[in-house]
Amino acid sequence: MSKKLLSGPYLVWMAGFTVIPLILILYYGLTDKNGVFTLANIISIATAEHSKALWLSLGLSFVSTLVCLMLAYPLAMILRKRNIGKGSFVVFIFILPMWMNFLLRTLAWQTLLERNGVINGLLSALHLPPQSLINTPGAIVLGMVYNFLPFMVLPIYNVLCKIDDNTINAAKDLGANFWQTLFLIWFPLSVPGIISGITMVFVPALTTFVISNLLGGSKVLLIGNVIEQEFTKGSNWHLGAGLSLVLMVFILASMALIAKYDKNGEGTAF
Amino acid sequence: MKKNTFALFSAFILGASAVLGGCGKSSDGQSQNGAGEVYVYNWGEYIDEEVISMFEEETGIKVIYDMFETNEDMYPVIEAGGRTYDVVCPSDYMIQKMAENNMLAEINFENVPNVSQIDPEYMERSKSFDPENKYSVPYCWGTVGILYNTSMVAPEDVPTRWSDLWKEKFSGEILMQDSVRDAFMVALKSLGYSMNSENEAELQEARDLLIQQKPLVQAYVIDQVRDKMIGGEAALGVIYSGEMLYIQEEVKAQNLDYDLEYVIPEEGTNVWIDSWVIPANAKNKENAEAWINFLCRPEIAKMNFEYITYPTPNKGAFDLLDEDLKNNKALFPDIDSLDNCEVFQYLGDEADSIYNNLWKEVKSK
Repeated sequence: MSKKLLSGPYLVWMAGFTVIPLILILYYGLTDKNGVFTLANIISIATAEHSKALWLSLGLSFVSTLVCLMLAYPLAMILRKRNIGKGSFVVFIFILPMWMNFLLRTLAWQTLLERNGVINGLLSALHLPPQSLINTPGAIVLGMVYNFLPFMVLPIYNVLCKIDDNTINAAKDLGANFWQTLFLIWFPLSVPGIISGITMVFVPALTTFVISNLLGGSKVLLIGNVIEQEFTKGSNWHLGAGLSLVLMVFILASMALIAKYDKNGEGTAF
Repeated sequence: MKKNTFALFSAFILGASAVLGGCGKSSDGQSQNGAGEVYVYNWGEYIDEEVISMFEEETGIKVIYDMFETNEDMYPVIEAGGRTYDVVCPSDYMIQKMAENNMLAEINFENVPNVSQIDPEYMERSKSFDPENKYSVPYCWGTVGILYNTSMVAPEDVPTRWSDLWKEKFSGEILMQDSVRDAFMVALKSLGYSMNSENEAELQEARDLLIQQKPLVQAYVIDQVRDKMIGGEAALGVIYSGEMLYIQEEVKAQNLDYDLEYVIPEEGTNVWIDSWVIPANAKNKENAEAWINFLCRPEIAKMNFEYITYPTPNKGAFDLLDEDLKNNKALFPDIDSLDNCEVFQYLGDEADSIYNNLWKEVKSK
């Protein structure tokens, strides 16, 4: 009895903040302004503006996930080699910026990339021509990589830490060179971490609207921007919810991936 | 249609708060029944806080002060009525929308004698959204114009018209407003149409013009125009005149080697007015009128002007200002330069969605 009581608050939490909002999104997404059932909100993803925004979002999130993975994997391997104390200190350094507000960190990139910003200041001090860095898709990818990199590093680091040194040593003893160890031992054993890292970067990157607003100068319209505008400025909650449902397909697909490869929940971030 | 939406939403909130104990609700209800209070709902940083305590001291009315960020944030709060406010400060078109939806109470001007301090010019302009001047008392006003950097714009290129924002030589040097109505105002006005146009052919023409301009635009921003222009990031920016005093002081304080000048384009622009209104469901209407009356007092209006730095429609307060400020044309332009100007009107949900869709087409190009 008492155990049931203890779970009460969580049930209320789940119902109030997960289930009911999801039902509301479903309700809005599948109805029009008069509350009549319609699929128009979902089908509208096919319009030129929406599908362009979706493809652009998918493309940019794919690139930034890839960059995150390429940066995070070697880093996680280096961290694993350190002894526990040093390794976790470096991890701590990586998490440290996350204690600061996400908006502030993105605004800081604005100051770095601006025409009269820090980077161009350095370039002109070196007598190099100034670059237009901000308000480009590249700047958005940079913002995504910077903000989401810790979410890639941590799950991979955690899963690598669990690999027994003896497994690696056995591979070496049996004559595997570095690349063979990497592809035949490290990678297969760290798949759960990689998959969970990929989802944790890809999903927020796909849905972001703040980064594209701040670093893209609002010139690059991502699907997250479309949804945000429908909810705030356009105040067409039905269309916004319908497009969110379309995005949810991608999120469900990535959850299915996790379920397939990370059965034991090894690739957790924390 | 929106009733439906918010009924559902508030049902959800109510349901949630009932589940969570509902204690916040009852204490809230009690305090709202008491006399001697006034619930004020205003923009952020839109009053000198000293004024609030002066009002409380003088009248004995307790002020409960909340803030909103945009008209669109404020509207559903008043509409849902979960928390009732006695006096609110929305902008022109939103006042019209609220009045059309029977959400406003007529002000009893016998309780607001200080309304005589408001320059009749602004009461006249208010008629475009409040035709009989019965719902609203102007609080701040201003224009939208082009801000340019004197070191980046040659004297012969000084902008005088909106269409100057389409000049190739300013490629990458233009900051546009990232809001539908403001962006379309620029395009519609430069085409010689009304900024309240509902004519689809005119709107499509404006959209094409905005698409044509997009490669020249450095960024679409809202509040950042100010800081980017001060930082010398762009040569030209579309900006609200209310920012001008801050900009001029900042340019002086930072000892910049350029100046930032403000122009009201010849084609005419948006004159906006934020006014105090009393929602229909207000519980302390007389206190709300006392509040409005207090804010219309010239010395108080002057204090608020000095804090907010947005132009005041209060004639009495204007007369109390220094000559320098009175002659600041960016803040207080000559009335005749406002000949082609208009006030935004609420165009209805259908027109709003047309605007939003066209804007989306511009943004996705």
